[in-house]
Amino acid sequence: MPAPIRLRELIRTIRTARTQAEEREMIQKECAAIRSSFREEDNTYRCRNVAKLLYMHMLGYPAHFGQLECLKLIASQKFTDKRIGYLGAMLLLDERQDVHLLMTNCIKNDLNHSTQYVQGLALCTLGCMGSSEMCRDLAGEVEKLLKTSNSYLRKKAALCAVHVIRKVPELMEMFLPATKNLLSEKNHGVLHTSVVLLTEMCERSPDMLLHFRKLVPQLVRILKNLIMSGYSPEHDVSGISDPFLQVRILRLLRILGRSDDDSSEAMNDILAQVATNTETSKNVGNAILYETVLTIMDIKSESGLRVLAINILGRFLLNNDKNIRYVALTSLLKTVQTDHNAVQRHRSTIVDCLKDLDVSIKRRAMELSFALVNGNNIRGMMKELLYFLDSCDPEFKADCASGVFLAAEKYAPSKRWHIDTIMRVLTTAGSYVRDDSVPNLIQLITNSVEMHAYTVQRLYKALLDDISQQPLVQVSSWCIGEYGDLLVSGQCEEEEPIQVTEDEVLDVLEGLLVSNLSTPVTRGYSLTAIMKLSTRFSSVNRIKKVVSIYGSICLQMYSYSLQVQSTHPPCFTGSIYTSSLFYRFNLHVLYYLVSLLFQANDLLDLLGGNDVVPVIQTTLPTKPASAGGELLDLLGDLSLSSRTSLSLFLSFSFSHSPVITIHATNTTEADMTEFVFQAAVPKTFQLQLLSPSSNIVPALNQGSVTQVIRVLNPQKQQLRMRVKLTYTHKGSPIQDLAEVNNFPPQSWQ
Amino acid sequence: MIKAILIFNNHGKPRLSKFYEHYSEDTEQQIIRETFHLVSKRDENVCNFLEGGMLIGGSENKLIYRHYATLYFVFCVDSSESELGILGLIQVFVETLDKCFENVCELDLIFHVDKVHNILAEMVMGGMVLETNMNEIITQVDAQNKMEKSEAGIAGAPARAVSAVKNMNLPEMPRNINIGDISIKVPNLPSFK
Repeated sequence: MPAPIRLRELIRTIRTARTQAEEREMIQKECAAIRSSFREEDNTYRCRNVAKLLYMHMLGYPAHFGQLECLKLIASQKFTDKRIGYLGAMLLLDERQDVHLLMTNCIKNDLNHSTQYVQGLALCTLGCMGSSEMCRDLAGEVEKLLKTSNSYLRKKAALCAVHVIRKVPELMEMFLPATKNLLSEKNHGVLHTSVVLLTEMCERSPDMLLHFRKLVPQLVRILKNLIMSGYSPEHDVSGISDPFLQVRILRLLRILGRSDDDSSEAMNDILAQVATNTETSKNVGNAILYETVLTIMDIKSESGLRVLAINILGRFLLNNDKNIRYVALTSLLKTVQTDHNAVQRHRSTIVDCLKDLDVSIKRRAMELSFALVNGNNIRGMMKELLYFLDSCDPEFKADCASGVFLAAEKYAPSKRWHIDTIMRVLTTAGSYVRDDSVPNLIQLITNSVEMHAYTVQRLYKALLDDISQQPLVQVSSWCIGEYGDLLVSGQCEEEEPIQVTEDEVLDVLEGLLVSNLSTPVTRGYSLTAIMKLSTRFSSVNRIKKVVSIYGSICLQMYSYSLQVQSTHPPCFTGSIYTSSLFYRFNLHVLYYLVSLLFQANDLLDLLGGNDVVPVIQTTLPTKPASAGGELLDLLGDLSLSSRTSLSLFLSFSFSHSPVITIHATNTTEADMTEFVFQAAVPKTFQLQLLSPSSNIVPALNQGSVTQVIRVLNPQKQQLRMRVKLTYTHKGSPIQDLAEVNNFPPQSWQ
Repeated sequence: MIKAILIFNNHGKPRLSKFYEHYSEDTEQQIIRETFHLVSKRDENVCNFLEGGMLIGGSENKLIYRHYATLYFVFCVDSSESELGILGLIQVFVETLDKCFENVCELDLIFHVDKVHNILAEMVMGGMVLETNMNEIITQVDAQNKMEKSEAGIAGAPARAVSAVKNMNLPEMPRNINIGDISIKVPNLPSFK
């Protein structure tokens, strides 16, 4: 069998593949060759084969059959083999495979090897993917190496110790003695990793934190030497002496000084020094400054230092480098709560960043701008933010709109300004406004009583321009429904009142009903508005006609409203969350119904009477009755829906007191069997239930169950009834409860 | 902590992938693809920081990247790392590669991916920064390479010999060399007296 090809050959071959399929074929061929080579237990070429396997693994092909081979390589005596073996272990193995435990012994031996590079390989692998068991077994070896004088090994041992502590936190104590003189090292590599180890220990254990606080003077000294020592070619990066170490030390100082006055005091000078002396022309210099700022803000520094820090951030904001601007905005966002006034000074620069091209910078500038809005700068800031809202990307619009609403609510200088701002948002970003803003806005408008005429006029005008933005349309419809009378009577004081007739208003609302752009929720709003206008406008006939056409929507709306009213929370929640549409609908409908109740009598004219159209799907009484008696209370007549769906309708009819007849119908495709109607009334009443016509409510409205109830009301009190319906539908038993409170007076007087 | 270090080219082909947290093979490939997708969309003049994709930890983690010619160097880090510091680290990494390979280009990374891993192992260990001094890193990598070469020199000879023989394409040795009748006329040599 010819020798396995070298890695380079394989790579060259694969690069000639022109399609993915060709590449896969080559890989499979080579995998087969490698597999048979492994089977031959060929020590000579194992290293080469595993290297190729790792390459194929990187490209995304399965390589798990090489795991054991990696172990064999690790156990080999040759450095070349070990190198590839350990690399393979790190890339292919992890704690979830049992195979990795076999490595433990090899690593243990290699940790004690005579060659430092082999020891280094073992430390590296243990530190990358050592499991808790392995760490427990080998922690002692790592601790030994942490005390060695070999700086190459010492720095690796320090990071390996960090990994061990992460995996097995209880072992942290074990490494404490070894840390004693870590900071007196001259070698920067060791210093760096030692600081990482100390940081890890301090972050994990408050006791360690207390213990290491005494190192603050030493750390300050090291930092000072780094800054003051002139040019050192060994550690120089862009003219600064070991910036990475400086950053690490600053971070450790931050953790040590966090809630401690003394430590913070000891650091003040050096922080001021670093802040003022560091070169800012290169990225590494800025990295140091950034870390310094974060440290100053986090520890108990004196106020002068804090102002210095914020000014540095302000300078960062003017830097040409986008990365610097980005980190400045991020840090300012973190400090704006605590150092509000200092950050305010940089407000104009922050607002300028809203115009930046970079998306990440824009987002942070927007968040920061909202955080900076207060009673004094609200007008100016809002101008900028509304301009931003106009021109920003769609991904920002929702958040920006919400932010504007919140800020306006908190700091609006006048009601008119508030309404204008809302109008502006609705018209420019109306389709991005969040769903929950609509009820909030409605609430707001309701409360601004003196602005009703102005608001409705402006919203009406907005509707004339554009009906595509649903939240705008919904709020406008609602408003017109409520204050339509103010609109047609031209009562606006804030601006020139417009001349508009009832028919024009109804045209607009009807237009919404028929438009393709309107969602069902919007249609619900406009229909409700039209209905409400029946009490305010005189063209009732027209309204009746509209309502009759769109009645079925109305029915669903009321049924869900009853769900809200029914004392059956699971029913309520179960249904809402099946359809978010109706959920949103519910809240508004509830609100409307409350308002409707107050106008119930007038609305009864709309829906009562013999010429009533089948808005409500239950049967209407055909018996003769007095004018009052045939008026079905709007809500009393309505259906109580069942839990499963909007399927069971229950209606009450009153021919003559004290008899009430209930009719139950079923719109689903399955019959409701074993139907039982039960009712309970307050103590002062007496109830007599006569036998029902049947206990099967046929499907699809093919019939109904009727039952006669006799109510004796000696004290002539308002009738209230608690109703319980039980039946079986599609095999499962259903139970429904509801309370009916709005029987018309004629039924019980 | 550094969660992953990825190098891929402008078409998303991975040139180096090192994960410091465990993910399954499929997830690793998905992360590479997702990261490429996020990073390649970026304009040239925006900042070098991105929120991480869904797979690698979402908004907790950041992607810090640099684009050099045909290659993207992406470090995925969590919030404990300084963004500017990592940018500096990427710079040191690339400069080190440049020194080791003499004007490094994509082909160097393609054909010597194991060497790149070795260099990286001297810089980052277990997701933490080990060494940032370029000269120190190069010294150590060189020393280890020398060890490998010396092993290959002595111990590698048998392997090379075996390879050489195995790869020799010896033509079929003829079994019977039939030269046929040769009458060789030997000249009469004068007799020595």
